[in-house]
Amino acid sequence: MSKTMIEVKDLTKFFKTPKGMLHAVDGVSFSIEEGKTLGVVGESGCGKSTTGRCILRLIEPTAGKVFFEGQEVTAMNSRQMHDMRQKMQIIFQDPFSSLDPRKTVAQTIQEPMKEFGIVPKDQLHAKTRELMDMVGLASRLINTYPHELDGGRRQRIGVARAISLQPKFIVCDEPVSALDVSIQAQILNLLKELQRDMGLTYMFITHDLSVVNHFSDDIAVMYLGQLVEKAPAEELFANPVHPYTKALLSAIPIPEVGGPKRERILLKGEITSPVNLPDECRFAKRCNYSCEECRKSDPKLFEISPGHFVACHRMNEFNNK
Amino acid sequence: MMSNEEVLKVENLTVYYELEEETVKAVNDISFSLHKGETIGLVGETGAGKTTTALALLRLVPDPPGVIKSGKITVCGNDMLEVPVQKLEEIRGKDIAMIFQDPMTSLNPVFTVAEQIAESIEIHEKVTKHEAYEKALEMLEMVGIPRERGGEYPHQFSGGMKQRVVIAIALACQPQLLIADEPTTALDVTIQAQVLDLIKNLKDKQGTSVIMITHDLGIVAETCDKVAVMYAGRIVETGNLDDVFNYTLHPYTEGLFNSLPNINDRKAELKPIHGLMPDPTNLPAGCAFEPRCEYACEACKTQQPELVSFTDTHKAACLRYAEPGFHVARGKKHE
Repeated sequence: MSKTMIEVKDLTKFFKTPKGMLHAVDGVSFSIEEGKTLGVVGESGCGKSTTGRCILRLIEPTAGKVFFEGQEVTAMNSRQMHDMRQKMQIIFQDPFSSLDPRKTVAQTIQEPMKEFGIVPKDQLHAKTRELMDMVGLASRLINTYPHELDGGRRQRIGVARAISLQPKFIVCDEPVSALDVSIQAQILNLLKELQRDMGLTYMFITHDLSVVNHFSDDIAVMYLGQLVEKAPAEELFANPVHPYTKALLSAIPIPEVGGPKRERILLKGEITSPVNLPDECRFAKRCNYSCEECRKSDPKLFEISPGHFVACHRMNEFNNK
Repeated sequence: MMSNEEVLKVENLTVYYELEEETVKAVNDISFSLHKGETIGLVGETGAGKTTTALALLRLVPDPPGVIKSGKITVCGNDMLEVPVQKLEEIRGKDIAMIFQDPMTSLNPVFTVAEQIAESIEIHEKVTKHEAYEKALEMLEMVGIPRERGGEYPHQFSGGMKQRVVIAIALACQPQLLIADEPTTALDVTIQAQVLDLIKNLKDKQGTSVIMITHDLGIVAETCDKVAVMYAGRIVETGNLDDVFNYTLHPYTEGLFNSLPNINDRKAELKPIHGLMPDPTNLPAGCAFEPRCEYACEACKTQQPELVSFTDTHKAACLRYAEPGFHVARGKKHE
């Protein structure tokens, strides 16, 4: 049994809005084991990025606890938190806006190392070159500015910056969504290689289900701030139980011609507003199977088979096992 | 609903953006045609020239700096590059319509959605203002938005709903040819499924021909009849779905497929295409894909490959096929 790297307990983040409380993340619990990847999927507005940022305390959670190797991150003061950040990093979604346009590649990559003083000054340059080499950036680019580079190279800078402190845990927030497929594959392979070489643990946030399936060990599906299903990747794709997961999986366009015809589950309507939510299953309004009970109470997450968690009132009917 | 009536014919289209210090060769000598009721997928990465091609079909290439250097575009019998501007106004929206990529910015924020749909009906059909508005509400219902919401403004709608409004505008006058430029890129998967379903139904009902511009081969497989793969402003492979997906010829097409995660085999390794798309201001003398191609030979560096027919429907532009027995690793060989 490998040890637990990240443990999240009842993580909650509400935002105050003029119309009422916006439930961005609402009682999410999960854990990630060392060296593994947890993929988090869901539609825009389901709270996946907020969850990632709350874990790193880039956003202060409203309630709930986050543990990193057993230490409670959410209880740390700012000084402890500063040291903690060395071990927890993030790669942002948009390589066009997440880099400082006035810093060169070298300055961007060196910034975290200077902040923590982990590399002696005279070795900084050599270390920068080594990092650029690791992420596949030609060393001639060391003094270029972000606007001179394309999206794939900029994302590589983001990766180099994130791994420069030898972190243990990285939140990858849609790291390939802004990239073309051929470049996307390059970055995914790079992240996998780094995981293997450095023993990294990832939380991989994405809306692209074929990417998450390829990349993750476990997958968590979120809907309106809640976890609706979590299972090992293979299990989730082979035996999805929650009606929302089923609809999501059936909506993936598959680049194959002449294969067996798939049945597509079309959902009614769109994700509802996360403001002032009533006490009912949040998916009930769009669900093709909702019944009276679904409108009465919010279902809790339940382990239906080892490692496979589902929150649905009618899960026993949908479980094919 | 396919017939032999040719709705669109593009011959040797070349579009450049002529800037002061350099020339961007966006589209280089492409030809394709589309019959009534057919859907063609234009596939390629950012900068492949897909959107420029679409804009050229409507004669909407921003000029300056865009210049249509040569070629002929025929839409429903009209020579698009020769017709006077007034006639162009009639053709746009009536015969040929476009769904733009970004629903967030392609609607006018100060008009209600029904007014925006009615506008195009008023221009193209002999109807009163009231009739046009009434028809606009019908269009809204057709794309799955309750007619009561016609009086609302774009900011009151979500992304998926806005995209439906954009589709309703494009389809309001029942065009013969619909250009959909990445219609679902900005949308979530479940909403994407709804929108694709909608376009498909409308196509079946009205016999519209569609040009589907996308970078997603999955969407092509689900919605198109034929495919043209573009790279650096050229069509490098074209054919029907079965040809391109199962009898892949061009190394770039193969590279695209290898870059996609396989949903059925999660352990399969991704094989990305190494390197980057060439700078369109400075295209190589030979095949534009040569620097990234693992099959490239000496001749590829100097000689521009032509599209060669392999079967009645399937064409590819790759010099290596001159050698007997050569085939990319993916796909079956044509008999």
